[in-house]
Amino acid sequence: MKILVVDDFSTMRRIIKNLLRDLGFTNTQEADDGNTALPALQAGNFDFLITDWNMPGMTGIDLLKAVRADNKLASLPVLMVTAESKREQIIEAAQAGVNGYVVKPFTATTLEEKINKIFERVEG
Amino acid sequence: MDAAERLEKARLLVTQLESGDDEAAEITLDQIAIKKEPDLFQEVGRLTRELHEAINGFLLDQRIAELAERDIPDASERLNYVIEMTEDSANRTLEAVEESLPIADEVKEKADRLAEQWQLFRTRQLSVDEFRILSEELNQFFTQLTEHVGVINGNLSQVLMAQDFQDLTGQIIRQVITLVHDVEEKLVQLVRISGAQLPDKQQHAEKLEGPVVPGVDQGDVVAGQDDVDDLLSSLGF
Repeated sequence: MKILVVDDFSTMRRIIKNLLRDLGFTNTQEADDGNTALPALQAGNFDFLITDWNMPGMTGIDLLKAVRADNKLASLPVLMVTAESKREQIIEAAQAGVNGYVVKPFTATTLEEKINKIFERVEG
Repeated sequence: MDAAERLEKARLLVTQLESGDDEAAEITLDQIAIKKEPDLFQEVGRLTRELHEAINGFLLDQRIAELAERDIPDASERLNYVIEMTEDSANRTLEAVEESLPIADEVKEKADRLAEQWQLFRTRQLSVDEFRILSEELNQFFTQLTEHVGVINGNLSQVLMAQDFQDLTGQIIRQVITLVHDVEEKLVQLVRISGAQLPDKQQHAEKLEGPVVPGVDQGDVVAGQDDVDDLLSSLGF
């Protein structure tokens, strides 16, 4: 299971990576915005994408749309982990094809729950 | 023009209108208006002067120049420093935790294994040779334990010390809040001079609002993860 973690704050990437390691996911890579994430996704067999929304350069929602528009990546499970909490934004992300949405600040349990739920659905 | 004079002119005007003397009525009307005009001019003059003084007073306000040229750039620097300090603290904390976690895992793993062996010994299931090995392992474990706990202790102290930013960033942010209040005051003065009206609050859908702040209206936001889950399940997730 190869996971890409995209957030412009390195501390948040580190926190998510540590939580993922606790859950048994050790194969993780990082990117600091959509512009660096997209080529990484296109180049290397990722199974899962966790992304923030508000980032300089390319935002998370644009990254999500780009992923869904890319034939090879279209079915990649995407979890959004973000402080953006307007209803219309959550609806926008849902319409763009997000698989899960976690609002910051979040707990380890919430992250685990959402990741498990996504994999259940992907496998089921 | 006093009240008696005004009344007299009005009566005259009514009489002239009733008698159909339009020309005379026109003259009387003009007389009334001309008497009124100097008052109007005076009033406009006074307002213009007041506005001029208010704008000049505003332009000459030293505090505004200070705000624009020094305090606001300073505030940006200060807030950048806050970001730096909190980031540094988060990194120091994460480092300490990332170093401690595998050590704690290792200690637990070894302790579990030794406890198992120890249980076998207590139920007399170990041979003398096996016990000798266990005894040696226990010895090593105790030595390592002292070393490991020392490292974890050091890291916990590092986590503790990494919280020192709170006091400093708190002070810096409080200074910036004072500055924001000053700017607000000046802006209110400016709005008062210009008499601008606040249009209805517009929500910019494209603008990213960031974290929800208690007490700040950010539009239609969710109250937490449960709300997000409810919203998504209502959309068929």
